[in-house]
Amino acid sequence: MSSIARYRDELLRATQLDRLWRRLPAQVRGLAPVLLLVSLAVAYPWYVTSLPTNVPLINTFPSVHSSVTILVFVTMAVGLNVVVGYAGLLDLGYVAFYAIGAYTAGWFASGQFEQVTFHFGSIGLSSDATGIHISVWLVFLIAAVITAIGGILIGLPTLRLRGDYLAIVTLGFGEIIPQAVRNGDDIGGFDLTHGTFGISPIDTPGFGQHLHESLGLPVTYQQSFTAARLFFWTALAVLLITVFCSLRLRDSRLGRAWIAIREDETAAGAMGVPLMRTKTWAYAIGAFFGGIAGAYIASFNQGAFPSQFDFNISVFLLCMVILGGMGSLWGVVVAGIILSWLNVEGLANIGAWLNNNTPLNIEVPKYSFGIYGLIIVLMMLFRPTGLIPERRRKREIEEGAGRGPIDQALYESRRADEPPGGAKG
Amino acid sequence: MNWLAFIGKRRGPHLTSVLAIVFLFLLAAWLVKNFFVLHDKADFFNVFLIGLTTGSVYALIALGYTLVYGILQLINFAHGDVFALSGLFASTCIVSFFNLDETSTTLAIVGGLFVTFLIAMVFGALVNSTIEFVAYRRLRAAPRLAVLITAVGMSFIVQNISLAIYDVNFRSIPPLISGASVFDFRGVHYGWDAFFVVLVTAPVLVLMTWLVKSTRQGKAMRATSQDPEAAAIMGIDVNRTISFTFALAGGLAGIGAVLFLVEFNMRYDSGFQLGLIAFTAAVLGGIGNLTGAVLGAVLIGLIQAFNEGLPWYAPGPDWTRSIVFAILIAILVFRPEGLLGERTPEGA
Repeated sequence: MSSIARYRDELLRATQLDRLWRRLPAQVRGLAPVLLLVSLAVAYPWYVTSLPTNVPLINTFPSVHSSVTILVFVTMAVGLNVVVGYAGLLDLGYVAFYAIGAYTAGWFASGQFEQVTFHFGSIGLSSDATGIHISVWLVFLIAAVITAIGGILIGLPTLRLRGDYLAIVTLGFGEIIPQAVRNGDDIGGFDLTHGTFGISPIDTPGFGQHLHESLGLPVTYQQSFTAARLFFWTALAVLLITVFCSLRLRDSRLGRAWIAIREDETAAGAMGVPLMRTKTWAYAIGAFFGGIAGAYIASFNQGAFPSQFDFNISVFLLCMVILGGMGSLWGVVVAGIILSWLNVEGLANIGAWLNNNTPLNIEVPKYSFGIYGLIIVLMMLFRPTGLIPERRRKREIEEGAGRGPIDQALYESRRADEPPGGAKG
Repeated sequence: MNWLAFIGKRRGPHLTSVLAIVFLFLLAAWLVKNFFVLHDKADFFNVFLIGLTTGSVYALIALGYTLVYGILQLINFAHGDVFALSGLFASTCIVSFFNLDETSTTLAIVGGLFVTFLIAMVFGALVNSTIEFVAYRRLRAAPRLAVLITAVGMSFIVQNISLAIYDVNFRSIPPLISGASVFDFRGVHYGWDAFFVVLVTAPVLVLMTWLVKSTRQGKAMRATSQDPEAAAIMGIDVNRTISFTFALAGGLAGIGAVLFLVEFNMRYDSGFQLGLIAFTAAVLGGIGNLTGAVLGAVLIGLIQAFNEGLPWYAPGPDWTRSIVFAILIAILVFRPEGLLGERTPEGA
């Protein structure tokens, strides 16, 4: 008897829960899978040690330390997606923004400029340490803003160029800035970037003694016993903020203007979308995220080194955007996680597994960029909309494919027989 | 935000020309000043000749970019890597197949190099047209940026093929052609190895011009580049013409690669940077314009040589690439049609 009553009570509770669940607004219910994934991600440092090792093919799951790099790269891919995916501007020099971000962190939070001693909210340093030491949290923002300004400066003269010319110009900047950084150790006798040695060490984020005593927050990240975890959670927070901003921007007035420009620049212009300003904003916002990511990874690696900023990285990020689907935010996040994991640990693990379990003997990580190139080509040939296509983009591409080779209204309004760069800003 | 729109406005031709004239004036002044700073005035001409030689090699690569751009409006990123792969293959030919070194007889060297040129040419042509067949042909109807992205991907694939076959080491060939002087006039030294580059490049360029201007195939190329649909209606096999163009570009890259080997050594990733420099040359001269590509290449070669060889306020070799890309950006922003200012390819 009692067991039946209990069963009934349980059932009632269940149905009440069910009713409660249904009473939630649809938007909140739609967020449930996202919340679930986010909590899984937040808890990752705790359960990663109990995950199985010796998994076939991939061997192990990424360590917390590697995950930080993965998350930062995904952040950059989301930033690049704003430029390439939303606004349809092919950027082959995104690494320039990454470099600007990292070096800004180097300038404002390290002992690089030993001529001056300036401290503002810096943590874990003796007060007579030379150089500019601004609170790293602030430096992330400063780096993002400076990079965004850099994006505007690069964008203003170049953004009226047609698609492929714009790609080349961005590529040019992507080559010049790392080289300038590499050679910048003697600009009229002034050591700006410390040349090939890079700027190191860069300060670490932290909360200081006061917050440590009152709230139990860590004093500094780097000296904490759980440094990797702290960096992981912060990177996750940065990524979530980036994703949120990206999502909100997409549905904003500006985002709709970007998509209109992507679909048909002339029509968008005729509808009153200010072309130059809208495109420049895309650049500035893409650069903003790239700058944060660059500054963050510089702080995580405790240094900014010129060898980090190859053209390869631009293509690597572009590969994430293409694999995920240009303009498809969730696609880019998923593809970004997969590809950066491959880059950090995956390819080495897979290569080791293949060499141990098959007669093959290939040094897989050596060919990483060949693999990314292959991914790009295969995606462009067989699934140009990406793994998780954005609905709107898919329709655009399908529509475009039916039009034939002459009408290229998808990306650019001008026909091939008109002179390039002829449009007024 | 009106100021944004204001700054973003296209600068009028007036300001651009004034800037260009001021810039050219400063450049000339810099050259003259350098000439007087130099202790040995002959060095100035030596540097000039080095630039001319480098420029000739660039011209062969730049032509490949310009030919393909003329016909498909595609920047073939993989072109530089085709160049590197052909060069590495040619080095194998010379070192392993023919066993040439500086002690070989003159006849063996001339014959061996000639056959190597042919092999590198065919090899480059095959690789380049295969790339077109595998990757670009399926994308004829796709948006142009999709093809461009594919080209970037292809570039990495070809580069990694070179890496897989030839590993990361630099390859070189023995000094087959002596550096002995063709002439030595008051310290102005011009070696046979440098002269050899010009000796090969010049007839190839003449042959190329003849091919594009006077043959049936060249006519088909010009027609296709002007209007592929109309060309198809007139009975031109557009796909075959495009394949031929890629083969021609690849062949030129092959020749350029052998010439490059005579002067420098190369490895799997040499082609990428060189390709970008050559592409800049093509843009500088006016992309799609054959004469322009050669002119641009020689100019870039000279700029590089002057930058690396002159003593007074030259930024030096560390900055060469930055200077080249700055030129690229400046040209694209201020004068996208290039120096010779023609949009229609092949000077038709």
